[in-house]
Amino acid sequence: MDTLLPILGGLLLVGGAAFLLLGGLGLVRMPDLFNRIQAGTKATTLGTLLTLSGVACLQPAWGLKLLLIGLFILYTNPLSSQVLARAAHRAGTEKSSKTMVDRLAEDTGEK
Amino acid sequence: MIEFLVYVAAALTGIAFLLALYRFLKGPSAADRVVAFDALTIISITAIVLTALTEGRGIYLDVALVYALLSFLGVIVIARYMERGL
Repeated sequence: MDTLLPILGGLLLVGGAAFLLLGGLGLVRMPDLFNRIQAGTKATTLGTLLTLSGVACLQPAWGLKLLLIGLFILYTNPLSSQVLARAAHRAGTEKSSKTMVDRLAEDTGEK
Repeated sequence: MIEFLVYVAAALTGIAFLLALYRFLKGPSAADRVVAFDALTIISITAIVLTALTEGRGIYLDVALVYALLSFLGVIVIARYMERGL
């Protein structure tokens, strides 16, 4: 058990950092703003949470503070991405040409 | 072994930071830059926590918490400004 926990922590660290890398790659490669919001917030949230749990496995004494940071990110990150997406939609950001439906525009009655 | 994994994670985080920084500098619209800024702050929080791990100093975790709080407020304020002005 004493040898297993640090190995698990290291693997969690690498997995979380890989999700961060995928989020950054999505920010560069995605075609329009709303797709970039998907990549830039969801993947990086998961990556940060995995990395925090990895550090908690390597340094169990820091667990409570890391849990606090993780909970804070888990609560605030979806909120900020939602506010950002709504603001961009109201500001009339142009969508990708492959966009099929826009439920928010249908609901508010604009074109 | 464990140290090697930590350095691999730090390198991946650095590449992710550079990719997000590219979008932040290039981004066609202001909203793109704000999205990239949001991702940059989250990646920075991970980098600060990794720094705390490698340096073995728990005080950096407080820095990460305060940074998360301030960056969240910054993104919210910029989004409100884009929506209807201050």
